[in-house]
Amino acid sequence: MVGIKRVVDYNVRVRVKSDGSGMATEGLKMSINPFDEIAIEAALRLKESGAFTQVVLVTIGPVEAEQQLRTGLAMGADRAIRVDAKAELEPLTVARALHALARKEQPGLVVLGKQAVDDDHGQTGQMLAALWDRPQATFASQLTVAANVATVTREIDAGLETIEVDLPAVVTTDLRLNQPRYVKLPEILKAKSKPLAVIPLAELGVDAARQFTVHSFAPPPARAAGVRVKDVAELVAALESRGVLS
Amino acid sequence: MTRALVVAEHDGARLDAATAKCVRCALELRPEALVVAVLANGGAEIAAQAARLEGVTQVVHVDAPHNAAPLAAILAPQIVSLAQGFTHLLGPSSTFGKDLLPRVAALAGVGQVSDVLAILGPHRFRRPVHAGNAIVTVDADPQRLVVATVRLASYRGVSDGPPAPVEKRSLDGAPPNHTRFVARRASAGERPDLMTARRVVSGGRALGSAEGFQLVAELADVLGAALGASRAAVDSGYVANDLQVGQTGKIIAPELYVAVGISGAIQHLTGIKDARTIVAINKDAEAPIFEVADVGLVADLFKAVPELIAALKAKGVR
Repeated sequence: MVGIKRVVDYNVRVRVKSDGSGMATEGLKMSINPFDEIAIEAALRLKESGAFTQVVLVTIGPVEAEQQLRTGLAMGADRAIRVDAKAELEPLTVARALHALARKEQPGLVVLGKQAVDDDHGQTGQMLAALWDRPQATFASQLTVAANVATVTREIDAGLETIEVDLPAVVTTDLRLNQPRYVKLPEILKAKSKPLAVIPLAELGVDAARQFTVHSFAPPPARAAGVRVKDVAELVAALESRGVLS
Repeated sequence: MTRALVVAEHDGARLDAATAKCVRCALELRPEALVVAVLANGGAEIAAQAARLEGVTQVVHVDAPHNAAPLAAILAPQIVSLAQGFTHLLGPSSTFGKDLLPRVAALAGVGQVSDVLAILGPHRFRRPVHAGNAIVTVDADPQRLVVATVRLASYRGVSDGPPAPVEKRSLDGAPPNHTRFVARRASAGERPDLMTARRVVSGGRALGSAEGFQLVAELADVLGAALGASRAAVDSGYVANDLQVGQTGKIIAPELYVAVGISGAIQHLTGIKDARTIVAINKDAEAPIFEVADVGLVADLFKAVPELIAALKAKGVR
């Protein structure tokens, strides 16, 4: 099972609305969260290696998110589920919804991106693992599965760490796990007929109460304009005058 | 009454500098109690170091063999039990804290505030979203435990003070055995740590190869700086993953940041915007890195960097 999120494409610069009520995302290019695309690729490779038999995509969001599910189906996933929800959900609610689906689907592995590049929370996978009472392997840069155990190399601040987790488990992906495949046109056409189920969030019976209120959005503080120097000698002089060389 | 619990980060031998920064953040809550939890295998010296952090009122030390490696699945239930009676639970927004705290929060039935960069009140926080393109102000529910990770680049560590008492605690319950530590490979290197260095020199894709990147490494060494890299340089295999600076890598706040051959994608800029002085060397005058640079030099790096190295050596910079 792979969870994906529809987000503003990471190459697009998003700005705060002038009234500070949110981000101006209307009309912007939307994509699968890049880490989630890596998660789809990881699951597809595990299926191709024979470790699993099926890849199920899940997203939680409005009908527009079905575009991203179709892209994932075109990459090679077998079927998709959209949990219908209108409002922005907190990561704990998303984790509860994924947990409800995990109980139903009984996946051997859940793969998620390590964070969504819009909210930058980085919580959902760990929360799902906690609720499901299963192991987690976050920030994965290598993933192998054998004999019901996943061996995962994790990108950590100090370097790389390898852990073993019993399946089922939750793995969250980092950038170096793989290079997602390109989707070819015949696959896009084929994906249109793959099964896509829609389940209302309320039907999953999860507590969706908000615990946080977003008070306001503001642009980040701007840095003061800098200077251009014309050569290395001027550069060294500029550094000295700023006192950063002593 | 505000009672804050800070989860200590350490490497099994020494307390990480991240903990002193979390304590600084926790002090902004004006807590009646500020307790640091040290979970380790052994760890008496780590607990003693935590007890000396100024503002800490107590250290709780859990010494158990299963705490030898920092595995979230094993640590999280213990922290939930330690957090009883606290209003706030804080940990670093490092890979250690990012892995652990959401698991703790979910076990406690609460959400999490990630990457806190300012505390406006006991239940009002600021945090970055969209790769730092916006700062949101969020209100947490005062009736619930607040779990938060602290954006380390936003806080200076507290100094040492008179030691607080250390209480040894043993916790009931067997740890899960579904998660097992295998190995850790630290990147070789004698350069300063990227997260805490006063100076950082980073290279980008323009270096062209791992050999080309040596030029950046040489500049770093002349400045006594830590080495960093853009995502493009890491993806291209010039350097190891733990040198990546940016939205999904490390967020740093050195006194001097030198970006060599880095164009400055927003995902990179969000990792460096707290640096005091940013220097950019890039041959593309339109590169976005120049929008944030305090000092910019438009030049071919393969010519400018060797000149800079020679000039700094001649000055005897250290």
